Amino acid sequence: MSKLKVATVWLDGCSGCHMSFLDMDERLLELAELIDVVYSPIVDAKEFPDEVDIALVEGAVASVDDEKKIKKVRAHSKMLIAMGDCAVAGNVPSMRNPFGPEAILDRAYIQNATIQQQIPCVVVPKLLKVVRPIHEFVKVDVFLPGCPPSADTFHAALTALVTGEPLDIPALTRFGA
Amino acid sequence: MSDNVEVKTLIIDEQEVSARRGQTILQVARENDINIPTLCHLEGLSNIGACRLCLVEIKGSNKLLPACVATVYEGMEVTTNSERLQQHRKTILELLFAERNHICAVCVSNGHCELQTMAQDQGLTHVRLPYRNPQLNVDASHERFTVDHNRCILCTRCVRACAEIEGAHIWDVMGRGINSMIITDLHQDWGSSACTRCGKCVQVCPTGALFDKSKIGSDHPKYPDFLPYLNLMREAQ
Repeated sequence: MSKLKVATVWLDGCSGCHMSFLDMDERLLELAELIDVVYSPIVDAKEFPDEVDIALVEGAVASVDDEKKIKKVRAHSKMLIAMGDCAVAGNVPSMRNPFGPEAILDRAYIQNATIQQQIPCVVVPKLLKVVRPIHEFVKVDVFLPGCPPSADTFHAALTALVTGEPLDIPALTRFGA
Repeated sequence: MSDNVEVKTLIIDEQEVSARRGQTILQVARENDINIPTLCHLEGLSNIGACRLCLVEIKGSNKLLPACVATVYEGMEVTTNSERLQQHRKTILELLFAERNHICAVCVSNGHCELQTMAQDQGLTHVRLPYRNPQLNVDASHERFTVDHNRCILCTRCVRACAEIEGAHIWDVMGRGINSMIITDLHQDWGSSACTRCGKCVQVCPTGALFDKSKIGSDHPKYPDFLPYLNLMREAQ
């Protein structure tokens, strides 16, 4: 059996889910027998591959860039997993929603800046008005809540998905876990 | 034999059970170790049937009844956990999560929250409805406690505990529908209200809406079990 191609993607999140993924430690070696990580913030590939079997997405959709990315990921992935509370529910990034992006930019780049008070407008992507979970943009196949989902959760879920065994997510994790 | 001890027999989830006249479906179910999920119900407080999680099916009726307030009758046939009820319960929880800003990861009640646990128990892994993200206040004017309206699910346990057990009736509900808010006194700050500072409302709150300022992080378990004992001791006097 050829190895499954797995990608991990980082949108508006803290990278904690990726850290937790790495916390699988030596179990990553077992998984590496079954999967190849073909795209990820922690591997070298710069472009999202044409065909991916499983894409794990961390983070909410908060900018025009995130929106573009998640659509591309969906188009090229057989299975899309919302990894962690930000991807699943918006979580901490969505706490700006009641106030709007202007208020957040103003606080970060004007009120709290001691020099060069200006809101960046080039290179950095424009923020969306509302931060939303990824399933509001694309179809999500598996939801893995948790902030972050534990390494044990990742291991149990990935093993089940790769081997095709049944997966009971609420038995593994919850919102805020 | 008085009315109080008149025995009714009924069926809950294909199990034949007996009950006393006037008992609610929920009471009888729990006496027989049949779990019906609840949020607004709390042992020791009156029942108001607000959260709708305890809705059950009654054979011969197309209406769903809240088990916490519906009383039993002879020959009643109750189903507590059908596919349809599970779907309704999930939707109710999704509505609660979407209505206000429940960010479990940064909530004082993370790990001790009845809403969070209920979502897990009912197999909720995500919310299909768009989040409303309302802008809501946090009132930290009280010297000991804080109310964070972002986490409130309007179960009114605090209102009932304050009125029925403490006898102070500081808490109440203002507004209607989605604009409903719990308030202290006539919508004054909690700190300047006539609050007796007993803290019962904090202990009965199922979420992180009411919390003790002296607790930090998510180390905030709540202990509402004192209510039935308190009632028992008062009745004994």
